[in-house]
Amino acid sequence: MNAALKFLPHEHLKAWLEELAGTMRVLAPQKEGAAVVYRAFDPSREPELIRKPTESAKHILFPRSEALFAFHKKKAPFAPDSLNPDGSQAEKEEPATPAMELTPPEQPGPTVVFGMTGCDAGGVTTFDPVYGGRYQDPYYLQRREATVLIARACNEALSTCFCTWVGGDPANRRDADILATRLENGWLLEPLTERAERVLGSTLLGDAGEAEAREAEALHAKARAAIGEAPDLTGIEDALPALFDDKDFWWSESAACLACGACTYLCPTCHCFTITDEKAGLSGVRLRAWDTCMAALYTLEASGHNPRGQKAARLRNRVGHKFAYFLKNHQGRISCCGCGRCIKSCPSSVDIRRIVLNALKRAKGKEAANG
Amino acid sequence: MANVSKSSRTAGQKSAPKAVPARGKNGFKPEEKKPDAAQTAAPVAAAAAGAPQASHSGMPTRNPGAVNPYLPHMATVQEVIKETHNIMTFRVVLNDQEVMKNFHFEPGQVGQLSLFGAGEATFVINSSPTRREYLQFSVMRAGEVTAALHGLRPGDTVGVRAPLGNHFPYQAMKGKDIVLIGGGIGMAPIRTLLYYMLDNRADYGKITLLYGARSPQDMAYSYELPEWLSSKDMECVLTIDREAEGWEHKVGLIPNVLLEMAPQPDNAVAVTCGPPIMIKFTLEALAKLRFAPEQIITTLERRMKCGIGICGRCNIGEKYVCVDGPVFTYAELQGLPNEL
Ligand code: SF4
Ligand code: SF4
Ligand code: FES
Repeated sequence: MNAALKFLPHEHLKAWLEELAGTMRVLAPQKEGAAVVYRAFDPSREPELIRKPTESAKHILFPRSEALFAFHKKKAPFAPDSLNPDGSQAEKEEPATPAMELTPPEQPGPTVVFGMTGCDAGGVTTFDPVYGGRYQDPYYLQRREATVLIARACNEALSTCFCTWVGGDPANRRDADILATRLENGWLLEPLTERAERVLGSTLLGDAGEAEAREAEALHAKARAAIGEAPDLTGIEDALPALFDDKDFWWSESAACLACGACTYLCPTCHCFTITDEKAGLSGVRLRAWDTCMAALYTLEASGHNPRGQKAARLRNRVGHKFAYFLKNHQGRISCCGCGRCIKSCPSSVDIRRIVLNALKRAKGKEAANG
Repeated sequence: MANVSKSSRTAGQKSAPKAVPARGKNGFKPEEKKPDAAQTAAPVAAAAAGAPQASHSGMPTRNPGAVNPYLPHMATVQEVIKETHNIMTFRVVLNDQEVMKNFHFEPGQVGQLSLFGAGEATFVINSSPTRREYLQFSVMRAGEVTAALHGLRPGDTVGVRAPLGNHFPYQAMKGKDIVLIGGGIGMAPIRTLLYYMLDNRADYGKITLLYGARSPQDMAYSYELPEWLSSKDMECVLTIDREAEGWEHKVGLIPNVLLEMAPQPDNAVAVTCGPPIMIKFTLEALAKLRFAPEQIITTLERRMKCGIGICGRCNIGEKYVCVDGPVFTYAELQGLPNEL
């Protein structure tokens, strides 16, 4: 068994988080009205560690809106006209400073997120190859490196959960820095990366052994069983492109969609953003903000041409990106972590599981029909 | 060449046009492709400078603070040319002389030109890598950002993120006859390739240019046309959509004129850029002329934001036009989902 396992008695949880808050930013899920959202840890309140957070944790690494840099236009310094000894107008010197100054923003320092779900940690690792691929995104990568992700094992599954379909697990050891399992008397903390060490030095933590590991394993097995059998999605990355021109299919699957974008904003793997400038007077910021590929204007070109003017085309792109294109670009990884938020929050009951299963079935049917 | 009787009107409006540099001058060979060369010398300290090295095996291990691809180079507008009623050309110079001196790009690569406060938009660098006194962008007014860019005057500060994207396969085109077909603002990417090839004339076979616009007044680079028409290094055919007074060249849509010209497909490559509808019919015309899909090259228009394959906006299936394009062969396009 892993010698580095740590045990945190339930009665020490808040003290430990408070201790960490002395040196780093501590975030944990918190009830806000009917929702569960990530907030700075508040010792006067209980973190919500059972209900699934309503929002994903992606905004911690990829804020809804952030400044890429601020710009400030410098006025040329005042230089009075001067005369040469012969009485002629002297030539003014060029101002040495650039006319425009760019200032990158401050980034948040060391951070720990306690109690995110395993699927949300899976969302983060689908971001990694996007933000650290051919080009490196310093904003994301800096926050990513500065943040310790502690995922809690899920002891139960919602009807919308399907992490096991897409390579996840209720006890996700693939994506977080630490896996935390709620045992009868306390939390079992299993370090998964080097980053884990940054938060596991506290004297409030004890060592854990075989017994705790066995207790956790039994809970994990129970949660897996509760989620049920996962269908085989093999071949989905070919099935979706094969149906690309199948208008009937995409029209019927998207018929109910309102193009509200809720699915994409709540999705832990949706990474699209827009870049815009905001200006007041001589200063301003270049911002990036979440965007949604479900909006008609998203792909509208300057010429007026819109390659995805119809919602069927947009839904096809959203599902295609997650279950086909991403796999081809990133070694078979599915860009959906099975969190089910898009299903739970869709005002029109569009269900990505149903679309994926229907696509597999329809593509197989077509293939059979074509011999 | 009395051809430009109408279009020379616009030439008169540009501010201090420079003579077209003599062909073959500055004809140095561009160095190997270095897509990030410009960014390593970003003008401001990178946002996350000093961030610790990533350690987790699942994470990229490069120092995330070393390069910030979102920070533009500061640049100054040197010259503004009013090309047509809705197209303006800007010649800009990067403020950091070292960066400007070492700035490498390939014919067909694009840049994000920005006016601070208005935003960024993507344009091909339509000057040639062989002529590097300035970077040239031609901007058609089509929205808020382009309208703001049209207000630029010499001396104004702009941001430039470049070079981005892939480029014309000018190496693979060596030794072949070249048919260049530009429609409207689509002449901009053709222009960079044209000058590149003229500056490396010996590497290419016969060069034919077909350039079409709605009317003589809609023809950008009108002040360069006399030289193109009289050049012994190329054949230049101009066309407009409808008869116009004083016009001595072809009248007719580009695909029709192309069919009339009937360039030979043997050992030839056709490059066509322009509005989607023109591309569509030009591809059909080229097919009739028996050009194979592998012999046809085009550029794709797509709305872009980041220009570096991250923001997700410009995808066609698994390809991102900003990093996998904008240059594609027709054969490659046929392998993409039908979502142009
Ligand atoms: S949440 Fe539902 S209705 Fe809204 S855009 Fe997504 S699929 Fe369409
Ligand atoms: S697509 Fe839906 S289920 Fe998959 S990660 Fe996004 S929100 Fe969760
Ligand atoms: S413009 Fe952002 S991905 Fe292409």
